[in-house]
Amino acid sequence: MSFRTGSRTCKDSFSPVNGSFAFRGVTPTLCFALLNAIPCARAFSAERGANEMGYLSGFGSRAHPVVALTWGLLAISLAVVAIVIGLLLFGVFRRRPPGATAIARPQRLGDGLMWVYVGTGVSTLTLFIAAFWTMRVLAAVVRPSAAPVLTLDIVGHQWWWEARYSGDPASNIFTTANEIHIPVGAPVRVRLMSEDVIHSFWIPALSGKTDLIPGQTNETWIEADRAGIYRGQCSEFCGDQHAGMAMYVVAQPPEDFELWRKQQIAPANLSGEGAVVDGQQAFDLRCGACHTVRGGGAGGIAGPDLTHLMSRANIAAGLLPNTPGYLSAWIADPQRLKPGTLMPRVVLAAGELQAIGGFLQTLK
Amino acid sequence: MALRQDYRVPAIAVAGYDSPLATRLEAIWRTPPGWRGVLSSVDHKTIGIRYFVTAFAFLILGGLEALAMRLQLAGPQLRLLTPEQYDQLFTMHGISMIFLYAGPVLSGFSNYLWPLLLGSRDMAFPRVNALSYWTYLFAGLFIYASFLVGAAPNAGWFNYVPIASREFNPGPNIDFYALGMIFLGFSTTVGSVNFIVTLLRTRAPGMSLNRLPILVWGTMTASIANVLVVPCVSLAFLLLWFDRQLGTQFFDPRGGGQPLLWQHLFWMFGHPWVYAVVLPAMGIVSDGLPTFCRRPLVGYTLVALSTVGTMALGFGVWLHHMFATGLPAMALSFFSGASIIIALPSAVAVFAWLATIASGRPVFTTAFLFFSSFIVLFVIGGVSGFMTASVPVDWQLTQTYFVVAHLHYVLIGINVFPVAGGIYYWFPKVTGRLLDERLGRWNFWTMFVGFNAAFFPMHIAGLMGMPRRIYTYPANVGWSAVNLITSIGSLAFAVGILLLLLNIAVSLRRGARAGANPWDAPTLEWSTPSPPPQYNFVVIPTIASRHPLWEEQLGEVEPQRRSRLDQGYVLDQGRETLGTTALDAEPDVILKMPSDSYVPLAFALAMTVSFVGLLIQHPVVACVGVFLLAAALVAWLWPERQLAQTAAEPIEEAQHV
Repeated sequence: MSFRTGSRTCKDSFSPVNGSFAFRGVTPTLCFALLNAIPCARAFSAERGANEMGYLSGFGSRAHPVVALTWGLLAISLAVVAIVIGLLLFGVFRRRPPGATAIARPQRLGDGLMWVYVGTGVSTLTLFIAAFWTMRVLAAVVRPSAAPVLTLDIVGHQWWWEARYSGDPASNIFTTANEIHIPVGAPVRVRLMSEDVIHSFWIPALSGKTDLIPGQTNETWIEADRAGIYRGQCSEFCGDQHAGMAMYVVAQPPEDFELWRKQQIAPANLSGEGAVVDGQQAFDLRCGACHTVRGGGAGGIAGPDLTHLMSRANIAAGLLPNTPGYLSAWIADPQRLKPGTLMPRVVLAAGELQAIGGFLQTLK
Repeated sequence: MALRQDYRVPAIAVAGYDSPLATRLEAIWRTPPGWRGVLSSVDHKTIGIRYFVTAFAFLILGGLEALAMRLQLAGPQLRLLTPEQYDQLFTMHGISMIFLYAGPVLSGFSNYLWPLLLGSRDMAFPRVNALSYWTYLFAGLFIYASFLVGAAPNAGWFNYVPIASREFNPGPNIDFYALGMIFLGFSTTVGSVNFIVTLLRTRAPGMSLNRLPILVWGTMTASIANVLVVPCVSLAFLLLWFDRQLGTQFFDPRGGGQPLLWQHLFWMFGHPWVYAVVLPAMGIVSDGLPTFCRRPLVGYTLVALSTVGTMALGFGVWLHHMFATGLPAMALSFFSGASIIIALPSAVAVFAWLATIASGRPVFTTAFLFFSSFIVLFVIGGVSGFMTASVPVDWQLTQTYFVVAHLHYVLIGINVFPVAGGIYYWFPKVTGRLLDERLGRWNFWTMFVGFNAAFFPMHIAGLMGMPRRIYTYPANVGWSAVNLITSIGSLAFAVGILLLLLNIAVSLRRGARAGANPWDAPTLEWSTPSPPPQYNFVVIPTIASRHPLWEEQLGEVEPQRRSRLDQGYVLDQGRETLGTTALDAEPDVILKMPSDSYVPLAFALAMTVSFVGLLIQHPVVACVGVFLLAAALVAWLWPERQLAQTAAEPIEEAQHV
């Protein structure tokens, strides 16, 4: 996989597609092109390279103090291990007087205690420093310093993420899935719920985990101080496709975010003709029980809202890049690509697959 | 003082293992030969070995499950296992290692060693001891039977609801686990009660609490903890089974229940359990290391107190498994602080071991290699635990491979390595033969290198954001290389375990004869022949220090007040041992010990029938099981003449028998 060698269409736009799955037979350039079709402002920090799920570097006022604390505790930990290995090797290999197997005499009984006193004393001091630092960081990140600019409800499903954007007036409310957009540089309140089992919301570069637990609403917040695409993944075991439950956070400059929001709020543009109309009818019949396309006849709520499917970079909760080929393969046999997914393999009549695919391509 | 009719003051005599008294005891304590003995033995040494062998069988099964998972994860997007198979494997791997190996293997050590360490002839309740083993075996088989119907537990070993509820898990998978754990909890509870009473009542005269080996401190602490927390998990699984099969809604928010209730109940048990499966193992090191350092443990009192202190704090840290569940920051900070501070007693122990090595004169046996390298693994597992104790950091670390690395450094580093060292240390006592030291070096280095190659990279996978419990991962998130290294390392570690088993198999037949005390070790068990006779001690010894066999060399006790190992109470009117007072171990009563019996086996079988009845929801089978249980209980409690105390002439003076 060598996305990064692909064209960089603007100077601070990097390789966003590291997170997509690579399957043989699909040209990486396709998905790259698709993602770059999203405005240039979607920059991503290339220095993260392939390590986009790492959290030893972070972005935003929530991540920074935690990154520092993580490095700090890591350094303390490595130092402790090094010191103990050193003391052990010293203890084992230090030169001893001859007669090495004689049992130590009682006057030597107490002579090791100083090790315990000093060692425990130093440990106590270190632990209290760590505890104090922990409390400071906890207090700093438990809530944002500024009022959130946006409230986002994330609902966990087996095995995808529903994202409901609240808004005022109510006509600004809309729903999307698996790819959430946020404005750069401002805290976003995230409320977490689950429709089935426990999931956990985790965008490593932005914030740690908070669980989505049925019967309760948890709250967390995220903030990105750099435009970019941040990968996240469910981190509480939630069944067969726990591994296939990723999501992306796209942080954009506020004006780009507003554009995106307006586009998402709008119903689907269903002005197609000919084959597209056939495709839409087939979609309503075959897929409409579970999926919604706002403005059309499909209003199911079991699966992701597909009103603006083509605006997303991935399908199947981050599993596959959103290309015509994958989309078609996914509809034809979701169980092969994501064994156990709740999307059934629907038996389609001849031509229906192509028609549905063609229709979905119009959901910009 | 006038003696009551049923009082008897036993004779005090000097007798060795070749005396007529020994021959008489041999006849009194002999287990029937053949299958009768196998099914009816209540001897703590037999039961200890059984615990040990059974635990190792589950270790091997759990290891095979792990290897299958490691093959699946060796590269990205592999399709060796289906997601469902993977879920069952990681769940059974956890159950096997944590419940069916780590705890029971230490019960094996303690069952075998306690009476020998304490100067007694058996555990306080030998039949309960047999029952504890049989129920452990059958509960383990009960859970493993789920594989036969292709429906092994599949929601992880901590089995969160609602993924474990009937709605999302309609098969029998979780029922095997829920009922099996209630069953197993019975075994753990009666076993723990037995350890506690044994400790309080059957120590040899003079073995006051401050003279106990640290292993005894560890197992006692673990046993008290088990008695307190096993009810939590048994209740949790019972309520879950009610939810699943009777339609109650303890954990279902739609009926007013709470998914988090499960997590609280489980971890109130789960965290102390973690300490229960490491404290006795730390005790093995605290007792074994000094032998090979040729000096007593530095800071005995501090180490004993740190054992108890760890457990005391261990009751108050369960919430650190739940930092991401949305609890208020005030609660989090309290539990975070407690979880950081719990490292202190461990620091005491670590520096005591280091000081023991540094101020001693190490003898480089295989056991020493295991014990000393354990210190490093302990500290690595400790500092990664310290990192997860910090809430903001744990929000990142939890549920990643960093935690997987941490818990394996804890459970393998602090359980398997001391156990392996303990095998090298006590194998000669148990079998009369030494393990091969040359093969032992190969064994140690393969295990040590393999273990670190397998599990150290998991820290890095975790820091790179790899969640645990995923059956596969994409190629381009950077996790491929570390996973391949881990898979190769796990194979090497498996070879290391095989070398241990090979050494045991070879040395059982061809090992060098050990003699009573091949290591010149200080504690009481080494005063008995190897292997010890069934009655352990010809006469009940009198203990004057922590190191009865080193008193002369250490010179810490005046010659006339030293421990007397060949002179003590003669208890030979049936199976008998001495009961002593709880704190000072003053002679108190003669304990009549039961003969071998089939009843514990029958009782455990009846329990199995009952649980199978509940599992298949067949009222007749369940009722038959309960009826059999009642019958077994009646048989158990049926008065036996031989257990009645008999009057005898008080004998005033010591005599040679």
